[in-house]
Amino acid sequence: MLTKEKQAPELLEETKPITGAEALIMGLLEEGVDTIFGYPGGAIMPIYDALYDYREKLNHVLVRHEQGGIHAGQGYARSSGKVGVVFATSGPGATNLITGLADALIDSTPLVCITGQVFAHLLGTDAFQEADVISITTPVTKWNHQVTDASEICDTLAKAFHIARSGRPGPVLIDITKNAQLQKFDFKGYTCCDHIRSYRPKPIVRKEYIEQAADLINQAQKPFVLWGQGVILGAAEKEFKAFIEKTGIPAAWTIMGAGALPSDHPQNVGMLGMHGNYGPNVMTNECDVLIAIGMRFDDRVTGRLDKYAKQAKVIHLDIDPSEISKNVTATVPVWGDCKETLPLLTALVEEKKHTEWLEKFNEYEQKEVEAVIQDELFPASGELTMGEVIQQLNELTQGEAIIVTDVGQHQMVACRYAKLNHTRSNITSGGLGTMGFALPAAIGAKFGAQDRTVVAVIGDGGFQMTLQELGTIMQSGVDVKILILNNQFLGMVRQWQELFHERRYSFVDITSPNFVTVASGYGIAGRSISERDDLKGALEQMLNHKGSFLLEVMVTKENNVFPMVPQGCSVSEIRLK
Amino acid sequence: MTDQKPVEKQEYNITVYTENQVGLLNRIAIIFSRRKLNIESFNSSPSEIEGIHRFNIVIHETEEVVRKIAGQIEKQVEVLKVYYHTNEDVIWQEMALYKVPTDVIAEKAVVERLLRENGARAVVIRKDYTVFETTGHREETDNLIKVLQPFGLIEFVRSARIAIIKDSEGFNRKLREFEKKEPGHEVVENEFLNNRDKVFTM
Ligand SMILES: Cc1ncc(C[n+]2csc(CCOP(=O)(O)OP(=O)(O)O)c2C)c(N)n1
Repeated sequence: MLTKEKQAPELLEETKPITGAEALIMGLLEEGVDTIFGYPGGAIMPIYDALYDYREKLNHVLVRHEQGGIHAGQGYARSSGKVGVVFATSGPGATNLITGLADALIDSTPLVCITGQVFAHLLGTDAFQEADVISITTPVTKWNHQVTDASEICDTLAKAFHIARSGRPGPVLIDITKNAQLQKFDFKGYTCCDHIRSYRPKPIVRKEYIEQAADLINQAQKPFVLWGQGVILGAAEKEFKAFIEKTGIPAAWTIMGAGALPSDHPQNVGMLGMHGNYGPNVMTNECDVLIAIGMRFDDRVTGRLDKYAKQAKVIHLDIDPSEISKNVTATVPVWGDCKETLPLLTALVEEKKHTEWLEKFNEYEQKEVEAVIQDELFPASGELTMGEVIQQLNELTQGEAIIVTDVGQHQMVACRYAKLNHTRSNITSGGLGTMGFALPAAIGAKFGAQDRTVVAVIGDGGFQMTLQELGTIMQSGVDVKILILNNQFLGMVRQWQELFHERRYSFVDITSPNFVTVASGYGIAGRSISERDDLKGALEQMLNHKGSFLLEVMVTKENNVFPMVPQGCSVSEIRLK
Repeated sequence: MTDQKPVEKQEYNITVYTENQVGLLNRIAIIFSRRKLNIESFNSSPSEIEGIHRFNIVIHETEEVVRKIAGQIEKQVEVLKVYYHTNEDVIWQEMALYKVPTDVIAEKAVVERLLRENGARAVVIRKDYTVFETTGHREETDNLIKVLQPFGLIEFVRSARIAIIKDSEGFNRKLREFEKKEPGHEVVENEFLNNRDKVFTM
């Protein structure tokens, strides 16, 4: 055996000279890290060398591209609620992380990325594989820091984990020069960090705002709740449900919040935004009190701001004070972690049932079923629709699976129709809308929730952006179900061209390889179908298969996702066709 | 309650207290450039407390925009506190230096009076040129340019604005308590940059 058995950190004497790279590994173990996604290179070799001794304890997943590594880290973080850890080398390794960093920042995903850097004395000399990683990543990280001395590594790592996971979570990056990785120093053990003097992860909860909010809610005739990922990030699902059930208020979700309340909860009235449900969008402009919980009024949710919920008093609960009154002016700003603020609010609100008001949402839903949903989920035509594939998947998984989606029409269809019984079951690139996200994120999601079924729903376009990660699946043996909804188009762009550019289909007609053959080249089983009669059987085959499986479903080419709030329109101008 | 704020743009003085941290300047600057906002004046200096820096940023914008910007700045991990004020709420100064040919100045006695009127004083007097300094508001330092132009102004430079907040007891006490409770760390700089030739690398 090549393993040099090392003493566990707790057994170390007072001080012991070790290298910066070894200290980093000690730190990761102390932080409870079990999985790392990464790709080695010259400038991070000392860290990989140190990792070699701990490969039994720290599972390193060798991805096929650093973008895949960071999306996997995101998937891991989103399914597990823990911090995702990613390694990359200097220069091109580090720059390949940018998309994932931007994605994680906008979707508040906790990540600690470690990049190798050239020797400190070479910084700024255009040395081989040198890139100014700190400058490049500044706008896409919650915090970043360059380490040029080994003795700084432990404190920096501890700070990084604290910043990544506390408050509004986000990605942080530590760039470590090669000399700092190699340098020996007196290691005095690793101490986790829970306080930084200039950093306030959460604002102080102000009682008067809770009281004002409760007053507004108690007086409201037509209150309406919008919730986002904040509920999930705050692990406040129980507190949220208690609030919803006591107040009897109908509640709708942003795609980042999907799953925090089960899909079939009677007060869950559906999805908000551009491709959201009809009722929740229209009713936003009818409610008298709008209660936004852990959501940030993204333009995909609000449509035209000057016509958004103008009649309503707005109560906004958010951990990030700079989100409050950023897009929609709050009448009552409830600063704080919703895990803390929701129970305080629940205690002050009256128990109610807004039966009539809730019924209005159901009426709208009926209208939407007739105009859109029925045809999408149970089509009369011969060709398969994306919606019926998701519908069939729901029946087979009973809402128990984690659904990871890429970006495009299939994403909107999956988010709209997937049944989710549990929180942390909907993993998608919400804020950045990154094509190529789903395959690597699904790999990460499975590592983060190994006892759950993970289904990646991907378009034929997006799949081709990061399909090299099939290699990661092959080598790691991870079990991911890949469902490609192939409409032979860059569908979402084609839909916009159809609706807003007089059907001028400019470069959206995409040719694909034989996906099943490609998968088989990676030793992954697969099947392609185009007939309705095969759908159930093929999905069953995929779900029952031991190990990963790729199922391609040929769907109708020019289907559109409706309802839709066209860009520049108000949410109440939502179109059913 | 949607209280109507004035929407006119005006000058705002943003005061930012931060840790002394490499790279933070960039983080703060990006908050402006990302929104395509022009900074009128930007000053960064150590504060009265060791290890704590103070930025004075001047921007011509609506209060709405300034409030949001301040929120984004305060959100940065190493930022301690952000304030913003209109010009009425601060005492502010800019310093300017003027270089003029010494012979012209020496010959023309009027200049002396003009300088006195403008509160300027000589910083350097050389055979070939003299450098004057004055401190004040924009109009005052601008005015002296006009005065000195006919006397062969060679070079002019003006500093960024620094401002003291009129209202309140200021931040000094809070800062001191803060530093006493939680002393800051020393900044770790790159000490290897000078050793280029002495280090062997692979
Ligand atoms: C990296 C990236 N490039 C481009 C886009 C723009 N974009 C959004 S949706 C879309 C089409 C996606 O096509 P496909 O993956 O086939 O999915 P479909 O919409 O057909 O379901 C494109 C190109 C994007 N979101 N991300």
